[in-house]
Amino acid sequence: MSSLLQALIRIGAVCRKEVLHLIHDRLTFGMVVMIPLFQLVLFGYTINTDVRQVPAGLVDQPANSFSRQLALDLEATQVLHFIARCATPQELEGRIRDGELSAGLVIPPDAEERYQLGDRPTAQLVVDGSDTMVAGALRQLANFRFAPGRTLSNRDTPQAISVRLLYNPERRAALFTVPGLLGVILTMTMIMFTSIAIVRERERGNMELLIATPIRNLELMIGKIIPYIGIGLLQVSVILFLGVLLFAIPVAGKLLEIYTVCLIFILANLTLGLMISTLARNQLAAMQMFIFVFLPSMLLSGFMFPFVAMPRVARQLAEVLPLTHFLRIIRGIILRGEPLTGMGADIGYLLGFATLFLAISAFRFSKRLE
Amino acid sequence: MEAVIRVRGLSKRFGDFTAVDQVDMSIPPHGVYGFLGPNGSGKTTAIRMMCGLLAPTAGEIEVLGMRIPEQTELIRRQVGYMTQKFSMYADLTILQNMEFMARIMGVRRAEQRGRIRELLQRFRLEPFSRRLAGALSGGQKRRLALAAAVIHQPRLLLLDEPTSEVDPNTRREFWDELFLMCESGTTVLVTTHLMDEAERCHHLAIINEGRKVADGSPEALKGQLGAGVFAIDGPQITAIRNHLEGVSQVLATTRIGLSLRVMLMPGVVDGLDWLREHLAGFTAGIEPAGATIEDVFVMATRENGAKGAGGAGR
Repeated sequence: MSSLLQALIRIGAVCRKEVLHLIHDRLTFGMVVMIPLFQLVLFGYTINTDVRQVPAGLVDQPANSFSRQLALDLEATQVLHFIARCATPQELEGRIRDGELSAGLVIPPDAEERYQLGDRPTAQLVVDGSDTMVAGALRQLANFRFAPGRTLSNRDTPQAISVRLLYNPERRAALFTVPGLLGVILTMTMIMFTSIAIVRERERGNMELLIATPIRNLELMIGKIIPYIGIGLLQVSVILFLGVLLFAIPVAGKLLEIYTVCLIFILANLTLGLMISTLARNQLAAMQMFIFVFLPSMLLSGFMFPFVAMPRVARQLAEVLPLTHFLRIIRGIILRGEPLTGMGADIGYLLGFATLFLAISAFRFSKRLE
Repeated sequence: MEAVIRVRGLSKRFGDFTAVDQVDMSIPPHGVYGFLGPNGSGKTTAIRMMCGLLAPTAGEIEVLGMRIPEQTELIRRQVGYMTQKFSMYADLTILQNMEFMARIMGVRRAEQRGRIRELLQRFRLEPFSRRLAGALSGGQKRRLALAAAVIHQPRLLLLDEPTSEVDPNTRREFWDELFLMCESGTTVLVTTHLMDEAERCHHLAIINEGRKVADGSPEALKGQLGAGVFAIDGPQITAIRNHLEGVSQVLATTRIGLSLRVMLMPGVVDGLDWLREHLAGFTAGIEPAGATIEDVFVMATRENGAKGAGGAGR
């Protein structure tokens, strides 16, 4: 009996000590509360597998009351939202390729006649097939019934819309997922490696020695980053090689572009990791901060859920994350053959991100000698 | 001769805690200069400010004629620093650690190999040069850290408690190396809380609670000690100690083995007679004893009363 009591006392002592550790480690304690609170509120509202308000273009060639009614009725389904008007189907397809629009409705000059005769579809919905989830939702519009001025009766209304997938017509999910995985894997490894790089040196006491040498902050930061650039590019090669071998991802002729973009993305992630490293007091804190960045990257960037279907606030938040921009670029290159010149904004963001965070890291590091 | 380190009004505060308080100091070249003080007295903070790791709250520091913080980068090229905690990379070998330090410290490429070989030989590390630094014994780690600290042939060497954690033999070898370096013109500054290390220094500054409370050569400090020191032995020393406790003429009492060491206040004249008279009721052999650095230390830090004697370390 008394030995049981003593065991309980010892267990109690360990429990009390663990709670004290937690209270002293305010970051961990904060994370215990913050991670569920923040992430649940954020993702609960933003993750939406119902695809709505997909940005679309409209080519209205007849421009009469019939075509206007058709466009309005289609928009009333809320799946589409016409944000642009295009003069020709060619212009529409160009803007889809550039990633500006995800779909477009082409109403031909003889639309009303087609509708009356009922022999051919009234209009065509051109869909960017590179995001299989968005494409899947838009394909449902083929069942859309159009009955101007009449109450609906399914029997006698002809098929109003035919759907044509522009890219990835075979609807292969791997074409969409593999470029996304490239971004997720780079985010994970690059931030993780560098986020512990400086913390580890501080924890092991190497930092005091290093500070006493003539090395400059920026030199130390750059020296730490360079080997990981090599590791990142090695990972890119492995993923691309397997992607081509196992999933027949079409990369031929685009390798230089792909590597250039990956290099820029690797730099952005490495500098973010370095910044975390200068903020965190120990390796556990660094890992917590890493997860705090990684989880939204997975969920908001468009890797798991369609970017276009997220609410405005979530999209704005996602624009901060490097992965969002990288996914947009890499899918544009691999799936739609979009030229790099059209993606200056995303590339510029990644470059600016890397420069800013390298500067912050070097600055913060010099302030942390105490 | 021109001072190697000159410090005026040096202070460092962390929040409302003053770690170093208004220290003035001038360290002459070619010798071993020791900072002696208990743990937490501000020695490490002072030495860190002198190699530019910490910015002083107030005061001026001049090292090798250059000013901190303006010329810190230049100073670092001519100063070697050995941290209190082992700070070489545990997951690199001895050789890899030395090569890294040689490059960082700007040793010329052509000289690197020869310089590293020479140091590994001198510090008897050559047989283990491919062993991971983390797997070395305490003494080997200290020797590696010292070898790395002098790779660029610094004119000034700052050592923060270099041998606190090693056995007396390793300590003696380590100090032989320091004296060799002094002979070849290097100035060495060490912090310590060990009395036997302090005895070896050419010059000592005693630091307590952030203030310099005494300085001079160990011999001079011992000679200036105004207090009488006596050794008492016999069967009753525990009772004698209790009897002397709280007596205003007694500065400190220390048990050393079977005898009791008694230090009297500076004002007591004819201490031996006073003690004999005071302890007349006890069976005790009372003899004068030579002053040690520990006595100097207790004396210098006596404002703290009895606590100071216990906090002297060792």
